[in-house]
Amino acid sequence: MNSIVCIKRVPDTTSATLKIDAENRKLDDGNLVFSINEADNYALEEALLLQEEFGGEITLISVGPKECDDIIRMGLAKGATRGIRITPDNLYKLDPYAIANLIAEQIKELEYDLIFTGCMANDDNFGQLGVTLAGLLNIPHISLAVKIQANEDYAIIDRELEGGLMEQFNIKFPAVITIQTGINEPRYASIFGIKRASKKEIRFVENISAQGIKVHTEKMYLPPPGDTAEIFTGNPEETAEKVYEILKTKGLI
Amino acid sequence: MRKDIFVLVEHRKGEIRDITFELLTKARNMVQTGGFVYAIVLAKNGDNFIEKLKSEAHRILCIENEKLEHFHSDYYQQVLGSIITDRKPLLTLFGQTSYTMDIAPSLAVQLDLPIVMGCIEFEIGDDKIFTINQVYGGKIHTRFSFPSKNGGIISIQPGTFTAEQGDLSAEIERITFSFEEITNKKFIQFVEAVAGEIDITQAEKIVAIGRGIKEKDNLQIIEDFAESIGAVVACSRPIVDAGWLPKERQVGSSGKTVKPKLYIALGISGDFQHLIGMRNADTIIAVNKDPNAPIFGIADYGIVDDLLKIVPALKKKIMEKCEARSA
Repeated sequence: MNSIVCIKRVPDTTSATLKIDAENRKLDDGNLVFSINEADNYALEEALLLQEEFGGEITLISVGPKECDDIIRMGLAKGATRGIRITPDNLYKLDPYAIANLIAEQIKELEYDLIFTGCMANDDNFGQLGVTLAGLLNIPHISLAVKIQANEDYAIIDRELEGGLMEQFNIKFPAVITIQTGINEPRYASIFGIKRASKKEIRFVENISAQGIKVHTEKMYLPPPGDTAEIFTGNPEETAEKVYEILKTKGLI
Repeated sequence: MRKDIFVLVEHRKGEIRDITFELLTKARNMVQTGGFVYAIVLAKNGDNFIEKLKSEAHRILCIENEKLEHFHSDYYQQVLGSIITDRKPLLTLFGQTSYTMDIAPSLAVQLDLPIVMGCIEFEIGDDKIFTINQVYGGKIHTRFSFPSKNGGIISIQPGTFTAEQGDLSAEIERITFSFEEITNKKFIQFVEAVAGEIDITQAEKIVAIGRGIKEKDNLQIIEDFAESIGAVVACSRPIVDAGWLPKERQVGSSGKTVKPKLYIALGISGDFQHLIGMRNADTIIAVNKDPNAPIFGIADYGIVDDLLKIVPALKKKIMEKCEARSA
């Protein structure tokens, strides 16, 4: 079973103070730590699990700057077969449709049963790539997969709905599956894997310009300050006292 | 010129989902003179839905078919693709839901239309549509635009707009549509999550943990603290993904929606998916190291510090006071 896994390099912004570049078009990411998008890491693991069960090859594909090679190498170290990094000249103007177009163009020449993507990227939160790709390739898709029972040419997949409910579909290959976080336990690369990865091929697609951009970024800005919490300051002892007073006043303890 | 706004009516197990009424309210407020708000009902039997939507839209388009009994993105796409092509709305609105994530992007490909998913606001300009999206965990907003000449598709975060009762009297149009049989993807069944011992939706006090807890071993500190104030422990998605707490303890769009008297959020940054599940709690107290965490935008009280320092201090304080009171 051959898989393609689309992976994205994203910054960890959970506890960082964010700045925007001078043109107000993109994040000033000089001081941020980057890694593979969380859901994509689960997607990669799902491909690796299927590879262990059915054999076959895994191709990693990433659209982004040359630093994406780091996440591709890590995927190769975990067991993927090869990588493709696409770096178009207009990288920072792409919308999900244009990104899917770039990937679809490269995928055409490959043989695959499944294409995996994460269900959503932690940076833009769109959640569009996988299902857009399925539309471009005219193959079926399941998004937000939380359980996959695969066979040679079809799979039974549970996809996540709201409120803890799931719905189950039977889908024939080739297909696109977008993976929700928590579906498996992503492995770490072994030292042996990291050594082997250095010999694996990454193909670079450069000096091209992405076509079909439909949505444009007008500007990025910090959200206007709205209502905000009353912040208690002081050492833990002092803030605890204030919280205690609140709880007592409101009859919560 | 395109003026109409289409809203896909989202329903599950016979019930229209709240997001539909939020979208219809917004559509009524946004539609320009001469344009109509359409509610698009795709169902096996649409009568019950139509009854509930009559006052909410100018027109209701209803397509009934056995194939539309359960959500199936490919059948939905076939019929939506056809009516959008025929009737040329300015915008088609979806909620940013699990159904939409399965259909809107491929529908946009089929129709060759611009699409922006997960917006919190949109504007209709002279020749462009503008959207505002929360990116980077809600810490940054981005304003996007696309030309409105050929129309477009937008999905909106649930809970962004408040649903209000409409006062329209919809014209109802039923359309027959012949579907192409889909053989490569079949709906099998709904799967309910296994019910746990604790139902967090019934809890009056909740202590919820997020990534800030760092290690599973720290859970005990939280359990002890929660017990001291008679609260149950809930969490945000990453804690369930890591397997530290069961799914039924998850608060948020893919977990439970809770409305306790007290919600203490510990080390939860507060992305959109989490906030929608707890923002109606009476009193919200947040502890987070990051002063810019979106959770502080919704909390009543906040402490900018490490939860592992605050929680033990808080527990100690509560124990002291309780002992003093009972002495």
